[in-house]
Amino acid sequence: MADYRMHLLVCGGTGCKSSESEQIRDNLLAEVERYGLNDEVQVVMTGCFGFCGKGPIVKVLPDNTFYVLVKPEDAATIVEEHVVMGRKVNDLLYLDPESDEPISDSKQMDFHKKQVRIALRNCGVINPENIDEYIARDGYAALATCLSEKSPQQVINEIKLSGQRGRGGGGFPTGLKWEITSKSQADQKYVVCNADEGDPGAFMDRSILEGDPHSVIEAMAICGYCTGSTKGLVYIRAEYPLAIQRLKTAIHQAREYGLLGDVIFGTTFSFDITLRYGAGAFVCGEETALIHSMEGLRGEPTFKPPFPSESGYLGKPTTVNNVETLASIPVIINKGAAFFNSIGTEKSKGTKVFALAGKINNVGLIEVPMGTTLREVIFDIGGGIKGGKKFKSVQTGGPSGGCLTNSFLDTPIDYDNLIAAGSMMGSGGMIVMDEDDCMVSIAKFYLEFTLDESCGKCTPCRIGNKRLYEILDKITKGLGTEEDLTRLRSLCNVIKDTSLCGLGQTSPNPILSTLDNFYDEYLAHVRDHKCPAGQCKSLVKYSIDNEKCTGCTLCFRNCPVGAITGEKRSPHFIDNAICIKCGVCYDKCKFDAVSVS
Amino acid sequence: MPKIKLSQRTIEIVREICASFENNEGELINVLHETQHKLGYLPAEVQELIANELNMSVAKVYGVVTFYSFFNMIPQGEFPISVCMGTACYVRGAEQILHEIKRQLNIEVGQSTPDGKFSLNCLRCVGACGLAPVVMVGEKVYGRVAPQQVRKIIAEYQEGCVKPEKHEM
Repeated sequence: MADYRMHLLVCGGTGCKSSESEQIRDNLLAEVERYGLNDEVQVVMTGCFGFCGKGPIVKVLPDNTFYVLVKPEDAATIVEEHVVMGRKVNDLLYLDPESDEPISDSKQMDFHKKQVRIALRNCGVINPENIDEYIARDGYAALATCLSEKSPQQVINEIKLSGQRGRGGGGFPTGLKWEITSKSQADQKYVVCNADEGDPGAFMDRSILEGDPHSVIEAMAICGYCTGSTKGLVYIRAEYPLAIQRLKTAIHQAREYGLLGDVIFGTTFSFDITLRYGAGAFVCGEETALIHSMEGLRGEPTFKPPFPSESGYLGKPTTVNNVETLASIPVIINKGAAFFNSIGTEKSKGTKVFALAGKINNVGLIEVPMGTTLREVIFDIGGGIKGGKKFKSVQTGGPSGGCLTNSFLDTPIDYDNLIAAGSMMGSGGMIVMDEDDCMVSIAKFYLEFTLDESCGKCTPCRIGNKRLYEILDKITKGLGTEEDLTRLRSLCNVIKDTSLCGLGQTSPNPILSTLDNFYDEYLAHVRDHKCPAGQCKSLVKYSIDNEKCTGCTLCFRNCPVGAITGEKRSPHFIDNAICIKCGVCYDKCKFDAVSVS
Repeated sequence: MPKIKLSQRTIEIVREICASFENNEGELINVLHETQHKLGYLPAEVQELIANELNMSVAKVYGVVTFYSFFNMIPQGEFPISVCMGTACYVRGAEQILHEIKRQLNIEVGQSTPDGKFSLNCLRCVGACGLAPVVMVGEKVYGRVAPQQVRKIIAEYQEGCVKPEKHEM
């Protein structure tokens, strides 16, 4: 193997690939070749670095230079300046938001300082399509240790000691889950990896599968060893073509190396993995629904018990674990339960990956110790609110979670604190909202999602959520009354109490939490027929101030429907009969002449 | 819906796909994925054929096709447009983008333009939240889309498919 003096890492995650990162890699390769540096400099396409908001990213090792918003044509400059001349390309460096100074060592970025990467340890570090790179970073060492030195029960005890809880949302102790399956008697058992990441706005599972697929394969094999299963299945969303392709490549390589198949590491243990594709149904993230879907049926949940650990896929004992849960397993084995247990809070151990999105500066994927506060995540790591606006709320737990306000910013994040605050951990999506977001509309948005995704099997979820949606719709159109708010709350409670599965039991959460935390905003809609955030279209009107308008025609040129009229250098007007209230004029006007009422 | 007659070639394709999964009822979703990949959509007649091959009721196949949003029963446009309606895109203005596309193409979600060039759908999170709001045309992802860009994006494809050589044919 060549001894490279420098590595150019190009992000190959879905986000950066959509912004031509493959072309960047090809251009870098061509430039490196042009200078005849093939033996000295290696160009690697890695998984996601997590700093998606500023992608595509190119990172240079060994000096940790972090180039952001790179374009294919920048490849020549990077190679000529950085690789050949040894000078950093200042124009492409990330600017410190406070001092506006370029930061040349990525370790100095606030985004990275507070992170502890366990599940994401290899994302953005190795080439996910090369098993040797995974092995070089202790890959498959945990599996080897388990098979050669530990009994299945010893491994289960280790996982139990680590205190790890399922990262898919429920937070069920992983070790206990494995133990139940291992004690169930059957001729065949299954290990299932739940990669049906349906929570919109969460993309950690996708990133792990794209950036470090072998960690999941290794963990599934360990789980197979512990539970006595020889067959593994990954249930993955069909919407993630890149993750599917990388996973397939990884499985193929693991088979070639004898790490999957028969007689693994010369022992009697056999294990292999096949893929099953999801087809776009949120409820399939629920484990019983997921199992039905894998059997080729409609993905409708069934009542538990029996739990899948006793009777799951094809009626056999089945362990269902989430991608992020699995990705941490090899670390727990390699570094010991005590290491994992030393991180986090009393009841939530280890780290958690969060997907930061919405109105935040550093959109991306981060991993922090449990117990980190929302303030640290949003303001220190996330870089605060976009455009200097005011923080209003953060939504955690996706369509099953709730909206938290300012007053929760200093709450340490763990499973129990989030539930106590009226939300939940969920899979780790965090959508940040600013002063321009209307909380009633947000609640309505989530309800629309639930309506689409409700499987229709039980009445409270199928019909109750429809009624909730209708009430919210009425409110956003200015037709709601105060009685509607009372009805909303009582119906929410009925649906929570009587729905069959987690989808229905949690679907009213976005409404309940916004009612609790933003009651004033609901009142403004029903009492004054006003939307304080100016989002509800039926309740707002755009107009142009004659005094302030200079007639620059910028609004006129940008209006997508031609609702604005006026001569050059004289005040313009908005025809409200045509206006679609898109707000473009408001955003574009440089003279503050457009107002919303 | 008017009945369509499947060509012998189509029937063969579907049969081959079913056979590659050993006509196993439990593989229905994989069979549907593969069939839609090859044929573009899953009309009732194809579902009947699959039910026949896998030895299960048409109702069950239909139940599965309609349960999952990934499966289509009507043909997609030459350039299928999908607007991401995940939360991250929603709070960054996906609704306005969707509205603008509907207006430009004069179709609703789930419909195709009369010339069959474009179809419009919503999807839930492609996981590219860093680029929100996101619009996909076929496999190509457009990130950080503003309503004013919609016209330009559509024009790219309108011009793209009026290729001179096509007119000569």
